[in-house]
Order: sequence, then C-alpha cells, then structure tokens
Amino acid sequence: MNARRAPWLLTMLLVMVSLPILILYTWLFVDSVSVSAPGSIWPKAFTLKNWRFLFETIEGHASIWRVTFNTLVFALCTVTVVIGTSVTAGYALSRLKFPFRAQFLGGVLILHAFPSISLIVAIFLMLRLLGLYDTLAGVILVKASLEIPFGIWVMKGFYDSVPWEIEMAGIQDGASRFQVWRRLILPQVQPAIAALAIFSFIAAWSEFILPLVLAPSSETQLLSVYLAGLLTDDYLSDYGLLKAVGLFYILPVMVFYLFTQDKLMNIYSGATKG
Amino acid sequence: MEIRLEQVSKDFDSVRVIEDLELLVHDGEMIALLGPSGCGKTTTLFMICGIHTVTAGRVLFGDRDVTHVPPQERNVGVVFQSYALYPHLAVAENIAFPLRIRKEAKEDVEHKVRKIAATLHIDSLLTRRPGQLSGGQQQRVALARALVRDPAVLLLDEPLANLDTGLRLEMRSELRRIQQATGSTAILVTHDQAEAMSMCDRIALMNEGQIEQIATPSEIYVRPRNKFVASFIGSPPIAFCSGAVSENMFKGPGFKFELPERLQAAAIKPDSAVTLGIRPEALQPGLDIPVSGMIAFVEPQGRETLYGLQLPDGNMLRSVQAGGSRFKLGEHVRWGLDRESLLFFDPDGSGI
Ligand SMILES: Nc1ncnc2c1ncn2[C@@H]1O[C@H](COP(=O)(O)OP(=O)(O)O)[C@@H](O)[C@H]1O
Ligand SMILES: [Mg+2]
Repeated sequence: MNARRAPWLLTMLLVMVSLPILILYTWLFVDSVSVSAPGSIWPKAFTLKNWRFLFETIEGHASIWRVTFNTLVFALCTVTVVIGTSVTAGYALSRLKFPFRAQFLGGVLILHAFPSISLIVAIFLMLRLLGLYDTLAGVILVKASLEIPFGIWVMKGFYDSVPWEIEMAGIQDGASRFQVWRRLILPQVQPAIAALAIFSFIAAWSEFILPLVLAPSSETQLLSVYLAGLLTDDYLSDYGLLKAVGLFYILPVMVFYLFTQDKLMNIYSGATKG
Repeated sequence: MEIRLEQVSKDFDSVRVIEDLELLVHDGEMIALLGPSGCGKTTTLFMICGIHTVTAGRVLFGDRDVTHVPPQERNVGVVFQSYALYPHLAVAENIAFPLRIRKEAKEDVEHKVRKIAATLHIDSLLTRRPGQLSGGQQQRVALARALVRDPAVLLLDEPLANLDTGLRLEMRSELRRIQQATGSTAILVTHDQAEAMSMCDRIALMNEGQIEQIATPSEIYVRPRNKFVASFIGSPPIAFCSGAVSENMFKGPGFKFELPERLQAAAIKPDSAVTLGIRPEALQPGLDIPVSGMIAFVEPQGRETLYGLQLPDGNMLRSVQAGGSRFKLGEHVRWGLDRESLLFFDPDGSGI
C-alpha cells in the first residue's frame, strides 16, 4: 500500500465509522439548547430553558447537585477501594507464595467473567442483612467488589513484568520487603495504577443497575438513576430537559476521557515503559 | 572478610541442586565460580547473599554464622547478571539507594556517591536514567551500587556476559583493578574460562552442584584433578585417547613410551587401562615420543594454527603450532608428544 495515502484512507475509514456517533452527540447538544417543533428534527430557536434543572429542583425528583455529589463520592470511593485492593492483592498473587494461590487466581478469573446481574438478588438480601441497603457505602462496596477481580488481574500482569532481580537487588541493598514494594516496584507499575483508576472511575460513573436496585431513594440517588427517573416520569414529557440532563451526565466522562485516554491505553498494551 | 561454606546443600522442590559444597574464600581474595550453564553457580551465589535459604549446611562470614541471617543484614554487594538497576531512578539515586535505606546523612550519601562514581569513571552519568546508558555503563552503575556501602563481600553473577567482546576485555582488567583497590573479598560467577583465568586468584570449578577442584589458574591447568576439569579448562580443548600401562610403559594407539618419572612412582597396576590427556601444545613436530597420523583439519588462527591429527584407530588429537599453516590437509605426518606435559587418568576419570 502507498505509504503516503495509507493514513489518509485510514482517517477516512475511521471518520465513516464514527460519523453516526458524532452526529448523535452533536444532535444531543443542539437539542439541549434549542426548541424544535414536534416531529421535526430541525431546531427552531435557541433556549436555555432545558438547563433549568441546574438551578431549580424538578418536582418529584432529587436535587441535581445532591445527585451529582453522590455520584462523585460513589465513583471516587469505588476507585479508592479498587486500587487499594488490586495493588496489594495483585502483588501478593504475582510474587508471594501462599496456600491456595492457584485456586485463588482461578477464582479471580471466574469472578471477572461472571455476569454481575445474576447476583443482584443475593446482593440485595445481603445488604439488607448488613443494614447497608440504600446507603452509598453499600453500593460502593458492591461496585468495587465487582471491579476488583479485573483490577487484580491487570495489576498482577503488570507486576509479573517487573524483573524479579530488581526486587532481589532491593533486598540486597538492605530494604525490607515492604520498602522494596513501595519504593522500587510501585513506581514501575504506576502507569497501570493510573489506567486502572481511570477505568474504574468511568465504570462507576456509568453504573446504573446496582444503584437503581440498591440505593434508590433521593438521598442516595446517583445521576444515572436520576436520569432514568426523569425518563419514566409520566407527568414529564420534556425531551429537551432529558437531553440536557443526559449531556450533563456524560460531559465529565467525556472530558475526563479526552485528557486521560493515552494512559488508559496502557491497560491493554500491558507493558511498563520507562 | 573470609567466606566459608560448610557442607552446604540446596533443594528446589526436592530436587537436589547443590550437594555438600565446601568452599573457603580468603579475605581480600577474588575467586571464580566456573562451570557449565546450569551447574548451580548462581544458586551458590544466592545462598551466600541470602536470597536462597540453604537446605543443609552452614554459611560463615569470618567467624559469624550467617546461615539464618536475612539478606538485608549480611552486607553483601551483589551485581546481578541483568544488572537490575532501578529504572525509575537516576544513576545517582540508584547508587545512593542502599545508603538511603540505612538513613545515612544527606551529605555523607552525596560524598560517597561522588567518590565511588569517580572510582568507576561514571561521574558524568549521575543525572541520567538507566535506560539511557550503554551496557558497559549500566554495568559500572550496578557495580557502584554494590560497592558504595563497603560491602563485606562482593558477588558478581556473570558481570561481563552481556557486554560485547571489546568492552568485555577492557572490563576484565577494570573489575580486577576495582576489586584490588577496594580490597573486597569477591566471588565472580562465570562460564567463561578465559575470564576466570585472567581475573581471579583462584578458580573453583563446579559441575552438577559440586566443586570439582579449587586451585590457582595455572595449577588447575597443569594439574587438573580429573577428566572433567581437564576437558573444561583449556582452549582449544584437550584430546583424550585410551591405552594401557604395563611395566612403566604406556601403550596407546600406534605409539608407546616410557612414563614420566612422577608416574613411575605412582605404581600403576600392571595392565590397567589408563586414559591419556594431550593438550594441543603437547603435540608438536620434532618431539621425542613419535606419533603418526593424517592431518584431518587445518584452522589458521592468525598468530598460530590449529591442526587435527587423526590417528590410525580414528582418534583425533589437536595441535596448536606457532606461525602459518605449514602442513596440508590429508598429509601424513610424524609428530611427537611432550612427555612432561601429558596427563594421565584412571578408568573412573581421576587424575594420576
Ligand atoms: N528457583 C529455582 N527453582 C527451581 N529450580 C531452580 C531454581 N533456580 C535454579 N534452579 C535449578 O538449579 C540448577 C542450577 O541453576 P543455576 O544455579 O541458575 O545454574 P548456573 O548459574 O550455574 O547456570 C538448574 O538446574 C536450575 O534449573
Ligand atoms: Mg547463572
């Protein structure tokens, strides 16, 4: 293939494939700030009325800022739990010898592949029993546990690629096992930690089923559930509003993604580059 | 610091890798652990520094029994085969790491790092990352990191194996210079006999988890304890041919001679089978024990030429001769053996 023409062709192809998505997003944006006649797709006039939910609470629904705050807390806490657990458990599975290590690894892999929705009833009952039903802490725990197998697996892979000799050199230089992990090994899997953090943040931000079932009340509601609530509200058929809320919901993820996508790629390439 | 291994054994998952190893390294000495790949050199080294625990036996540094002392408290500097530099730290921080762990004062650390860097000629590299260094430079940094805290013992695992030929020759003498300058007791692991010969005070030749012989380079060459040692040391390698001894005469394939005096005293049983070892320099034109054969190969090597001499019974002897190739392939010649440098082995392979 002609080397000069190749990137051109590739760009064309990518544009073609992503065009429908781009159009949808553009349309979403345009609709959220305009009025259009029913049945028509063309906007008639500019308006900010659809964004009124930012300043006033919509009747029968929670306050947007409360819900946004909840979502942020939910996502950040999930990230913290996932990272904390994966970074330590991944190391143990990669480097330490302990009983049932192989079984544990197999279990983690199975859990990763397990469809979480099939657990929802059991989780519901367990949270009720623990008194964590309809609390943010409860959903955070559940969401984090469902993300952790993937996190452990990714971290273990990255730890595996750090040479064993580096660790032994650290020990030989007088450092304790913990110091070696903290000062020599962690810096080398740092790209993986960043990628995993972004990944779990986005996963938590877009989670819907778990908070819907496990934390539905307006005190603990998350953005995704709030949006679904508006959608199913029979007294409210304001599609402009729905589109504005939808945009408000995906905007942070898109901006976040734009700035961090190169780090996110690390998780798939699986190598530490110095 | 003197290093002593007493009856040391090591199992990996019930496979015995090292068996009853005895080794004594004198204070300030540089000893080579030489042997084929997989014979247990690295394992032995890792038992000395404490990365591997010993299955049986004792490890002593001077009078101190360190068998159960954790590696952090042994004060051993190790240069790993892969150098194992810390990729995220600059060279200066790599070297400083052992001192930082000990929480030494900032000025002391800086001073020591600068001093060792000067000794190793890496002063100009201190701000770089390991990834920006050549193999030889990385090796020096690894060495500096091992030496910066005045280790009781310095262990080097194939330190030159990853360098290209020119640099390897240069680093041989450089390593020796540094070892002597710092006065460290050092163990050098290598599978390269030339390295062991040229750098070390003594050589411990290992095979299958055991030490076959410990001796100075010249002693191990001239008086190998057994056939394994004789065939491992020396390049081009020694050639063997079997024969029998009776009444102080050796009868080989197509030749026959009186044993040298030191063997006459050894009182070999009459008519016993003996293997004769002939180093390439012991077979030369014009020597007094005549051997006839046909030249089977000629390998000019510049300053000297290596010939293969095929005996009538098919045995192949090697001869290294100074100068260009004077003999041609297929030529029948009558050369001689040097009685004094011949080696003799009994049927179970030990030297006589
Ligand atoms: N961690 C280990 N687990 C199991 N077997 C090992 C381990 N390390 C080394 N061995 C085995 O021990 C033997 C000696 O290995 P090693 O000391 O690395 O040899 P060398 O350094 O002389 O090449 C080899 O047969 C090797 O397979
Ligand atoms: Mg080795």
